[in-house]
Amino acid sequence: MELLFAAVVGGLYAAGVYLLLQRNVVKIILGLALLGHGANLLIFTAGGLTRARAPIIAEGALSAPPDTADPLPQALILTAIVIGFGVLAFLLALVERTHQVVPTDDVDELKGTDT
Amino acid sequence: MLIAVMSGFAGALLAPAVCGAAGKRTGWILAALPGGLFLYFLRLLAAGGAVSTLDWAPELGVSLAFRADGLSLLFALLISGIGALVTVYSGGYLSNHPFLGRWFLYLFAFMASMLGLVLADNLYLLFIFWELTSFTSYLLIGFNHDEEASRAAALQALLVTAAGGLALLAGLVILAGVTGNTGLSGMAASAELLRGHPARVTVVVLLLLGAFTKSAQFPFHFWLPNAMAAPTPASAYLHSSTMVKAGVYLVARMHPLFADDAVWHTGLVVFGGATLLYGGVRAAAQTVIKRMLAYSTVAALGVMMLLFGIGTEAAVHAAVAFLFAHALYKAGLFLVGGAVDHATGERDLRRLSGLGRAMPLTAAAAAVVALSMAGVPPLFGFTAKEHVYAAVLASPAVAAVTVAGALLFVLVALAVGVRPFLGRPLDTPKHAHEPSPSLWLPPLALAAGSLGFGFAPGLLDRALLLPAAAGVLGESLAPSGHAAHGGLVLGLSAATLVVGLGLFFARDRIRGLLGGFRLLSPGEPENLWNAGMRGMVWAAGAQTRAIQHGYLRGYLTLVFLALVLLTAPVLLRHSPEVGRILHSRSLSALLHLRFHEVGLGLLMAVSIGAVVHMRTRLAAVAALGVVGYGMAIIFILFGAPDLAMTQFVIETLTVILLVLAFYHLPAFAPPARRVFQTGNLLLAGSVGVVMALLVLVAADEHHPTALARYFSDNSLSLGHGRNVVNVILVDFRALDTLGEITVLALAALGAYAVLYLKPRGEGGKP
Amino acid sequence: MNSVIFRSATRYMFPILLLLSVFLLMSGHNEPGGGFTGGLVAASAFVLYALAFDTAEARRRLWLDPRYLIGTGLLLALASGVVGLLAGEPFLTAYWVNVPLPGGGVAALGTPLLFDAGVCLDVVGVSLLIIFSMADVDRGEP
Repeated sequence: MELLFAAVVGGLYAAGVYLLLQRNVVKIILGLALLGHGANLLIFTAGGLTRARAPIIAEGALSAPPDTADPLPQALILTAIVIGFGVLAFLLALVERTHQVVPTDDVDELKGTDT
Repeated sequence: MLIAVMSGFAGALLAPAVCGAAGKRTGWILAALPGGLFLYFLRLLAAGGAVSTLDWAPELGVSLAFRADGLSLLFALLISGIGALVTVYSGGYLSNHPFLGRWFLYLFAFMASMLGLVLADNLYLLFIFWELTSFTSYLLIGFNHDEEASRAAALQALLVTAAGGLALLAGLVILAGVTGNTGLSGMAASAELLRGHPARVTVVVLLLLGAFTKSAQFPFHFWLPNAMAAPTPASAYLHSSTMVKAGVYLVARMHPLFADDAVWHTGLVVFGGATLLYGGVRAAAQTVIKRMLAYSTVAALGVMMLLFGIGTEAAVHAAVAFLFAHALYKAGLFLVGGAVDHATGERDLRRLSGLGRAMPLTAAAAAVVALSMAGVPPLFGFTAKEHVYAAVLASPAVAAVTVAGALLFVLVALAVGVRPFLGRPLDTPKHAHEPSPSLWLPPLALAAGSLGFGFAPGLLDRALLLPAAAGVLGESLAPSGHAAHGGLVLGLSAATLVVGLGLFFARDRIRGLLGGFRLLSPGEPENLWNAGMRGMVWAAGAQTRAIQHGYLRGYLTLVFLALVLLTAPVLLRHSPEVGRILHSRSLSALLHLRFHEVGLGLLMAVSIGAVVHMRTRLAAVAALGVVGYGMAIIFILFGAPDLAMTQFVIETLTVILLVLAFYHLPAFAPPARRVFQTGNLLLAGSVGVVMALLVLVAADEHHPTALARYFSDNSLSLGHGRNVVNVILVDFRALDTLGEITVLALAALGAYAVLYLKPRGEGGKP
Repeated sequence: MNSVIFRSATRYMFPILLLLSVFLLMSGHNEPGGGFTGGLVAASAFVLYALAFDTAEARRRLWLDPRYLIGTGLLLALASGVVGLLAGEPFLTAYWVNVPLPGGGVAALGTPLLFDAGVCLDVVGVSLLIIFSMADVDRGEP
């Protein structure tokens, strides 16, 4: 299954980069969101995909059996997801404010600091 | 000796204070420092030299090692002696200048640096002082910093000598590497090591470059005449008697190493001779006092380089004699010229005449040093010239060049030191008068030196010059008699005087002739240098405009392009590996993929495509939401419940947030032209492929690490929790989580601040 | 939005969601859940309220300014770590106590739970600050 999801990662990155290179600010934001998803999935897939076994120790057992999912990438991704949201929010605030000052949605018109 | 050098720097720091307190008498008072150093060095000379060492960075081979042998002491005496005279002179010349304190700071700093240079016994120490002299020279040349010409001249001098300094450093480093030591005293012994070494030519070239730039040899000479923008005391001190001789010092010091090197000899002789001719000819064509003296200094430096190039005992002896004589008379002429300028306000030689009556003492000093320069007996300049002629007689070509130069020296000497004081007095901007003692005493002292040593050359030889030559050659020299030079040399000297006199009377015609050479201007080294500087600035600007263009998309394109271009070759290089991974993964995929996983994959693909292609914002956002939910389902399927829950809620909040934000932003414009999009598509596609391959390669490398084992095993026992992921987040790696919630807080506060905190005075849309 | 159905449903969902968030927070150490998830669910409860009624209403329900929630959360998290420092151990060393419950059984309480609670509050504050700020942009300073 790694192959399938590696392809999905590639698709996410490709779409994300493509949108990042657009002129419309809104598309850039969407591209960034996709890129974030791509990064998370990258870590998840690279850590090895195990079907269904969550890294939760069963009642009464002392430790998890060896074929459970790797908990460390999960911990990393959890923080990454939430921080990605924070970054997106900040970006949106910036775009909003920029739009208030310079009413354009074309990134090319935002070049230089004297607009 | 360390103290001696450092006292110069200490003096520099204290000078402004003394100046503030002493006022008019500052020059006289401050001269005590260089005067004291002069006496100190005299004592060292009598004692036969000294050595002092202080280790600084032994691993790098840098130590504060000083050594005073004959050569060093010759220079040290010149530096401190003329330094004292110049200090007194500055006090008078710049007496009304608001920045006089600063002047003495720079002057003493220079003196200390120059002393350090000639006394240093360590290659790197020598280099440090070398660069310090360049720097202090920059400060002194640009002293009148409100004048454009001063600033430009200072910068030019600094850049040329610093460029040479870099070459010097490179040469010294290689030299240290080849010989294995950094002490100058041990250098001579290492000559063998250098003889057959492949890097020898490089070292020679680099060292010569350093010496030539510092000593204004052709084609690096042009900074010296421009440095005349400095106040006269600096010109007299640095740019005639001390700093510009640093290159000569270097050549002399390195002599034992390269004594038999053809490149060394040829380079010195050729460039020295060329410089002599060029400087002499240019000097003859000048009309301003200082420029004439500057070009003649260039020529004189050429003579010294030439003599060291010849390298025989006689030549070395002649070189040190000439060096000494030149220092005395050139500094004297500069000081006289400055006194004339100060007293009359006129610098053009064509308008100066008959000053002898108004400034008798200055005139007397001028006459003596001028005659020394012209080579009239019994002045010491004559003795030195005799030695020079004797040394060059061996080669007719070199002799011819030398004589030609000497002729031009006569011309210059008469034009600057004799003519202005004879004849009918002309009108000058300021009424000509004898300047204050501080302005005529130093030149008179130098004149007395030229005269005195002229009468007792043997004494000078034994005391100073022969030890100096010994320092260069590494062996003692027997004193040679004054008359030992024979009739030919004497005849040449006489002829030089006569022909030179004739040239002097014809100087206006000569000047006219040389004016025609303006046509050669474009090839002039100075113009080439200036063109080079302008080109560099232009190139820097063009490059900045090309790279820092301000377009976000351009920057992004560059970033992703770099990503692809840097990773793709690595992947290609390991393509068999990658191919194997792909093959095995495809096999396992065909065998093991479940139906719902494939469906999920398809869902993701479609929704990703939708995000890109949707025409309206809402539709794109909705598609993004589907992508996020798809991610959450992936998390569920592969054993990450915490992740899945978080992803679901975050995705929901994201969609809501985007809708709220897009409410204020405009709708999508029509898409851009096809042409640009293909490029973007290609780039994006390549990034996607590279990342996908990277994932596969990484997944292949992955084996359950010891970390995962550790966390699973200890989650319950140490962490008291069965949810391993949560235990990691709040217990094992709690510090990371703490950092993370701080980042979240900052992001939120930042967003709030951006939206609500507006600068005062701004309300709504401007 | 003016939908009656939405509003009524929200009025019931709201407390349930808040309870769910507390549950997730408390059980997160042994079952799927935890501070992040709990906080996000709580935040979504308020966002739901804001969608159904009004952001001003939702703010009133929240009673505290979200920024105070952020600050409190960070403070709790730091405090849970300082306990260890005071005892001479490294920062963020975990301490557990076993508290007997009235109906039999034992509850294990510890500094990691305090930390998790801090994380939860921080996440609630962050999410709500972001959403409310964006929603109220037209209105100027809230």
